[in-house]
Amino acid sequence: MSLTPALELKGVRKVYDVAGQEVVALDHADLVVGADEIVVLVGPSGSGKTTLCSIAGALLSASEGTVIVDGNDITSFNAKQLTTFRRNKVGFVFQTVNLVPFLTARENLLVVDELAGRSGNRKAALKRADQLLGELGLADRRNNLPSQLSGGQRQRVAIGRSLMNNPGLVMFDEPTSALDSKTGEHVVDLIHHEMKERGTAAIIVTHDTRITKFADRTVRIDDGVVST
Amino acid sequence: MRLALKELIRRPGRFVAAAVILTLISVLLMFIGGLLDGLLDSSTGAFRIQRGNLIAYSASSSRSLPRSRIPVEIKDQVARVEGVKSVGGFSTVQVAARPESDPQTRKLIPTILIGYELPPRGLPGDSLDKGSVYADSALKSRGIKAGDFLLLGSPRIPVKVIGFVDDSRYSGQISLWGSMETWSEVTQAVRPGSGGTDTVQALVIDDTSDNPEAAKRIEDATGASIEVLTISEAIDSLPGVATQRSTINQIIGVTVFIALVVISLFFALITIERTTLYGILKAIGASSSTLFLGVTSQAVAVTLLACSIAGLASVGLAVFLPPGTLPFSLSVGRVALSVGLLLFAAIAGCTFSLRRVLRIDPAAAIGE
Repeated sequence: MSLTPALELKGVRKVYDVAGQEVVALDHADLVVGADEIVVLVGPSGSGKTTLCSIAGALLSASEGTVIVDGNDITSFNAKQLTTFRRNKVGFVFQTVNLVPFLTARENLLVVDELAGRSGNRKAALKRADQLLGELGLADRRNNLPSQLSGGQRQRVAIGRSLMNNPGLVMFDEPTSALDSKTGEHVVDLIHHEMKERGTAAIIVTHDTRITKFADRTVRIDDGVVST
Repeated sequence: MRLALKELIRRPGRFVAAAVILTLISVLLMFIGGLLDGLLDSSTGAFRIQRGNLIAYSASSSRSLPRSRIPVEIKDQVARVEGVKSVGGFSTVQVAARPESDPQTRKLIPTILIGYELPPRGLPGDSLDKGSVYADSALKSRGIKAGDFLLLGSPRIPVKVIGFVDDSRYSGQISLWGSMETWSEVTQAVRPGSGGTDTVQALVIDDTSDNPEAAKRIEDATGASIEVLTISEAIDSLPGVATQRSTINQIIGVTVFIALVVISLFFALITIERTTLYGILKAIGASSSTLFLGVTSQAVAVTLLACSIAGLASVGLAVFLPPGTLPFSLSVGRVALSVGLLLFAAIAGCTFSLRRVLRIDPAAAIGE
């Protein structure tokens, strides 16, 4: 297991220009997430959760401060470099289960590999996809389209997709919001199990307080200010 | 790209509308192109089959074959010019023909009788007997066979069809190829006062000097009494050829533009529809170029499918169209050009989606 933190935010500030006015979405945020730590990020709507998640996930660049993900300083990366970095180092599970609708569960996992241009090693990718689907209890559904899966099964496929590139950090954006409470709890339990087994760090953005019991730590954010 | 092609195969219904419209446009494009080629073929065959590489009109004729008159002595002057391998007279007369087997028919066959001295491709080297002609093979569609007689003009001069030659029509009419004696006899009968053997309408010249100045040299040798043109220049000077080509090419241009608009609108709409999906794909590492390449590959695939269907339809039309009904001629070059133009339209049309793909923010995938 690596001792390098999965995420280090040092004095990160993000400012948006809205109709000529500066809006501070993240105000000198400091946050360190350990290599296998699961952090739940809570806060009211508009508090800056999404912005923090986007910067940590290499989707956005910070206006100020330093962003280090899995030992890589990505603060000054341009859009192209961020795309490559996300492809290889970060996993995402989104709020609405956004699988590619015309691909089977297995192909949705293989998309990550194809986007990375690793399709030369197709056999290894297939093996990894099948292994992940097996671990997520979807071995017998691998050839099903998303429309043939339940909400919980779809979210499990999305978790599998986020792990396909063997990331150091996975961002979960409201992973249970589209699920009933029982399925939601099961999915979070699965996330906890998968992350801990792999030693992968996770940041879970949520409004669902029941999730906090599965986390190592809860971080609160209000008006762009992070309080740990 | 693999992702885009999978979508095309697994969700073909999404692309049916674009494929149908593009197929109709492709059919239109190939049909118009085939019509242009057919019209040009039926107007210019008599010049295209010439073995000579130059054609001379009288200088005062303004490049008009019916107006041109060249005294036969000029032919001798041309023959003496260095580089000229051979030269022969070429004269025409438009005349209506009736099959001898049905002399009372009201369905006259519009023909053009061509008297020649230098045999074009497909005609025998020896001069034909007086009263014998080769006919363009389009005459077969009127039930005429080798050995049949035709009655030409109101005097009903009989000529015997002794064989056929392909792709030799002139001004949209079926050509009959005979000796200068045959042409003279028929012309004098149908247009008294014309058809003298002391003049020809044009000269076909086989110049072997391969010199771009050959035409000028020959003109100078005749005291500028003739204007010498290359075969392609002579074809462009034929009445209606340049106008037909320009008009139909403009129609083809407009059709390609319509295809471009259809493709750009369709794929712009599809891109808007996929904004969320593209946001997700960008978030997990897809680059804008990968996504744009996917859109383009779908447009190219739909266009190729449309072209394949249109190509088959056009070949079917060319095969099953009764001869002589429509001047339609389909060539591999025409099909390839149509496909090329439509592929250009497909790729150019997709560039309108590029801006939208570039503007999709991967950060929008989070927090929706």
